[in-house]
Amino acid sequence: MSMNRREFMQLLAAAAAAGLALDNRQALAGEHSDTFYDLPAFGNVSLLHITDCHAQLLPVYFREPNINIGIGDNRNQPPHLVGEYLLKHFGIPAHSRDAYAFTSLGFTAAAHAYGKVGGFAHLATLIRRIRASRPEALLLDGGDTWQGSGTSLWTHGQDMVDAAKLLGVDIMTGHWEFTYGADRVMQLVNNDLKGHIDFVAQNIHTKDFGDPVFQPYVMRTINSVPVAIIGQAFPYTPIANPRYMIPDWSFGIHEDNLQSVINEARGKGAQVVVLLSHNGMDVDLKLASRVTGLDAILGGHTHDGVPSPTLVRNSGGTTLVTNAGSNSKFLGVLDFDVRHGKVTDFRYKLLPIFANLLPADADMAALITRMRAPYEARLGEKLAVTEDLLYRRGNFNGTFDQLILDALMADKDAEIAFSPGFRWGTSLLPGEAVTMEHLMDQTAITYPQTTLNNMTGATIKSIMEDVCDNLFNADPYKQQGGDMVRVGGLQYTCDPNQTVGKRISNLTLRGKPLDPAKTYKVAGWAPVNEGATGEAVWDVVGRYLRDKKVIRIDRLNQPTLLGMAGNEGITGA
Amino acid sequence: MNLPRRNFLQRATLFTAAAAAFGSGLLKSAGAWAAATWNVQAFTAKTASDAYSRSGYANAVNSSDIVLKLPEIAEDGSVVPVQASSNIPGTTSMAIFVPDNPNPLIADFTFLNGAEPFIATRIKMAKTSSVQIMAKADGKVYMTSKSIKVTAGGCGG
Repeated sequence: MSMNRREFMQLLAAAAAAGLALDNRQALAGEHSDTFYDLPAFGNVSLLHITDCHAQLLPVYFREPNINIGIGDNRNQPPHLVGEYLLKHFGIPAHSRDAYAFTSLGFTAAAHAYGKVGGFAHLATLIRRIRASRPEALLLDGGDTWQGSGTSLWTHGQDMVDAAKLLGVDIMTGHWEFTYGADRVMQLVNNDLKGHIDFVAQNIHTKDFGDPVFQPYVMRTINSVPVAIIGQAFPYTPIANPRYMIPDWSFGIHEDNLQSVINEARGKGAQVVVLLSHNGMDVDLKLASRVTGLDAILGGHTHDGVPSPTLVRNSGGTTLVTNAGSNSKFLGVLDFDVRHGKVTDFRYKLLPIFANLLPADADMAALITRMRAPYEARLGEKLAVTEDLLYRRGNFNGTFDQLILDALMADKDAEIAFSPGFRWGTSLLPGEAVTMEHLMDQTAITYPQTTLNNMTGATIKSIMEDVCDNLFNADPYKQQGGDMVRVGGLQYTCDPNQTVGKRISNLTLRGKPLDPAKTYKVAGWAPVNEGATGEAVWDVVGRYLRDKKVIRIDRLNQPTLLGMAGNEGITGA
Repeated sequence: MNLPRRNFLQRATLFTAAAAAFGSGLLKSAGAWAAATWNVQAFTAKTASDAYSRSGYANAVNSSDIVLKLPEIAEDGSVVPVQASSNIPGTTSMAIFVPDNPNPLIADFTFLNGAEPFIATRIKMAKTSSVQIMAKADGKVYMTSKSIKVTAGGCGG
């Protein structure tokens, strides 16, 4: 990356603000870099866990949220701790590699110091190292693997299926996989995955007779210990994503069916039973308190990088609940000591993947190069240069969302814009070129149409209330795991502790109250209903970026929050 | 997925259509249906309390012996699957109420001659509401309920 003097001064200032010791070479190179991945083997049953990589095959920057509010019983509990609160809770030193991996604190400076994260070639090297001391370990993939990049979209998930097979994934479940449509999913499951990767889901049934669509679980033997891995796909796929893509399948949490599957696996001799889950962590925490017989829930969906598991008591014992982040930034390693037929002890470590600490695996690097070759020119197009940090993740608008909203309002001549609160999408540092690849990382979905609708003020408020309830309903089973819809043009106040219909207030447009009866032009994208014909969002935003050339986010449109005093899910940085 | 069952039933549908042409004599209970009167006052009630009293389900007491199976969030508010059974001895009828629907009484099932009190159907819900299952046994009314969310969707993930 080239850097002009102004950027370099900004970097120095940011680094100083973050407290980095710039004269300390070890701080910039990374402390203990030669021993960072030493993880002594423990016990006799090891499970490696990746989740929500969102098709990120190459190393990226990914800024964790500075707003991840927990309400009700989840207030100030993992995963709803950010920044310094997360560091304190998990005993992570400030300004360390782990602080960079798990928080947004001093992000730009830390990113310059510690570099990019993830990448399948680097992940492959780490998996091989961990497997050297745990030869029978299973590699589990919690899903959201086939979607999130230009190449995954253009190959209909083929690049990710091939990469996951080479990585050695044994068992997976899914969510965004289903947005390629039921036919493509079954084609891949019944052909490419067959004999390599078991696709498991206890909670997907046919709509007509309730027949299982996938095998609910698989039994494997690790060091002579029978282990059952049960699959839990994202329960609300037909609601959060287009129903028409999976018209014949019904999802849901299905606690009672899960309990039957656990009992069946135990009955067949399983000594370790694990749920590979795409529920989201709040849902998993509730589920763990209500079903018995699970040793662990290895979770994903909510993209929470949680350094150590939450131990949940239930009437049958204790269940570990983990969440392993996103964007191939982490590898979870769970070691169980199983004696006399049951788990007696465990160790867990969520290892961040630092690309500059792990050499690229040659075979994986070659596969990625081969897969990307037909698309390199398109991916590499430089659309603009950003002067500000661009990111998405967080409960409310991120800077890249603001860019999309600004582009939609300008292109469609709309006074208000909505953009979905997806939790995927990588980060760009100040001074970086924004390429078509970066834009696809934020937008690569199979229903990318832009929309322009006339909506009354009352409709706008009800949409915002509806989405806000999916984020902040006090009952985790009624949450869907995305973030708040990103809003352009409108200012508002949000009170997360309220109930649906009462969280959103003070809606104003250019300083005037939004009139419930008046009609407004609202731009958006990612319609879940069939038949939309609008121009793809990457074309609209791409045109805006080429036109602007230099991107500055002068104003990040975030709501005024109420009732959040003392909430450790919010930090400034 | 059990494809043979689906294929079989597609063929069975043709057979059923043919059988229907033979006339209605196949269904012995047809006479019983005709005898049951449509409780217009109960089914057109606009409030839950009117619906309870007009259908004879007022003053229900909560019971964990009614087992209700419902999704947490409706995948489609126009066809929400509801399944319920009663473990209360002597259950003679079960009804479904959705208090926030324009007409709260959805269905009322009568079990004759000791038929198993088990119901499974799909209901239409206007918006987020509780779903109440009531059961009558020995002149008393019992109830269980669960809230179900009806949402516009989108924006997840």
